[in-house]
Amino acid sequence: MELLDANLELKEIQKLQGHTDRVWSLAWNPATAAADVPSVFASCSGDKTVRIWEESPSTRSWDCKAVLEETHTRTVRSCAWSPSGKLLATASFDATTAIWENVGGDFECVSTLEGHENEVKSVSWNASGSLLATCGRDKTVWIWEVMPGNEFDCIQVLQGHTQDVKMVQWHPTMDMLFSCSYDNTVKVWWSEDADGDWSCVQTLGESNNGHSSTVWSLAFNAKGDKLVTCSDDLSLKIWEADIIRMQSGDGYAPWNHMCTLSGYHDRTVFSVHWSRDGIIASGAADDAVRLFVESKDGSMNGPTYQLLLKKEKAHDMDVNSVQWFPGEKRLLASASDDGTIKIWELASLA
Amino acid sequence: MTLGLINANPVVHAKKERVARSEDPHGDDAVDPLEIYDILPLFSILNFVRDIRDPEHPYSLEQLSVLSEESITVDEKLGRILITFTPTIQHCSMATVIGLCLRVKLKECFPPHFKLDIKVTPGSHADEESVNKQLNDKERVAAALENPNLRQLVDECLYSNEL
Repeated sequence: MELLDANLELKEIQKLQGHTDRVWSLAWNPATAAADVPSVFASCSGDKTVRIWEESPSTRSWDCKAVLEETHTRTVRSCAWSPSGKLLATASFDATTAIWENVGGDFECVSTLEGHENEVKSVSWNASGSLLATCGRDKTVWIWEVMPGNEFDCIQVLQGHTQDVKMVQWHPTMDMLFSCSYDNTVKVWWSEDADGDWSCVQTLGESNNGHSSTVWSLAFNAKGDKLVTCSDDLSLKIWEADIIRMQSGDGYAPWNHMCTLSGYHDRTVFSVHWSRDGIIASGAADDAVRLFVESKDGSMNGPTYQLLLKKEKAHDMDVNSVQWFPGEKRLLASASDDGTIKIWELASLA
Repeated sequence: MTLGLINANPVVHAKKERVARSEDPHGDDAVDPLEIYDILPLFSILNFVRDIRDPEHPYSLEQLSVLSEESITVDEKLGRILITFTPTIQHCSMATVIGLCLRVKLKECFPPHFKLDIKVTPGSHADEESVNKQLNDKERVAAALENPNLRQLVDECLYSNEL
């Protein structure tokens, strides 16, 4: 793969300050991925606020356009834009999920989703924006239906995890939901019929080559036929499934372990994200950001993955979140316990 | 949050004689803060935590032998600190509270890039693995410290003037 041969570096473009506590998560607005649109992303923090950052076309740098405050009463742990980019969902330790709408430049909280018994840790929209999922320390995953007029109805509460659920993520093309947990497993939730009940159709646990400690995050490749998970067990795992078979309506196709990347991280890996062009970024508790790519080594066992580069001391403290820009440019945003966000560009060494 | 005492009869030890030494890590402005940790790593850190009050009894963690000099290991090069503590009894449900107290107290004690791991002394607790996992999950720690009841208990242990 030509990426491995090129001399690449992760160049720091900008360091964004503003949050007054650790930054847990960030999310690029998908509607701002086009080249002629100023890119926007949201960040959320232990300071109980959410900040919206927008790229200035003249200076090519990001400025804080809005601070969403006085709504959540505890840490805001995660944020996610709807596929249209019109709504932002924020999940908080105050046990609520807030839905915000951009009304003429100002963000208004148009709905508050209640129901979780304690901290909500993650929120995710499905590909069409018709469903929302949340999860939390109460061990449950909630599926909400998006109704007209910014109404959200809980259609089901999914039980199954035996501990704190850290993250939920919808599959990029199908209505299949993934959750990962302090119970060391990843669960796949699916509903066979459009109006049917959702159930856990697969658990990726230690018995099928799964992680041996808390799974913090997961991400899909662009095609949706591969999945990467990261864990407190210091490894990344790649999984694959016969998505084509599933998309053709042939029933559920299970996810199989493809490979484990171990020996690269020496502290908890909190975040993973897969770029459009196949680069996996990881953010870890050793303050570093690492990039991995597939390498076709010509062996009979199929592709393996290797380290493309390691950015040591990417931040002064733990890296909590890494997110690739969804557009053409090879930009990566990272969020840290040090209260800052950094924008990086993956570029050839000059 | 008053429960029946889990361990009503702890063994109390005499406070160790304090060696007269400058304990103020911010005393000499000319010294690089990181150097302080080269000079007096174990002693400085232990002094911050030895007087934390046990959640259930009006004695310090040092007096109850929960913590001692052997409890602390520092790797200055890597920037890692490991603290092990011995709960007073095998089924101590206050172990997580003690862990929280240690984290809060020590946060101001070392440079931000230092990593702190807290564990119970091997063999000292019935649910050792499960307690250790909770103590080192920073998301769980952060959420616990936002819980007003827990926060109050931690503050009482840290700032009690009863000693």
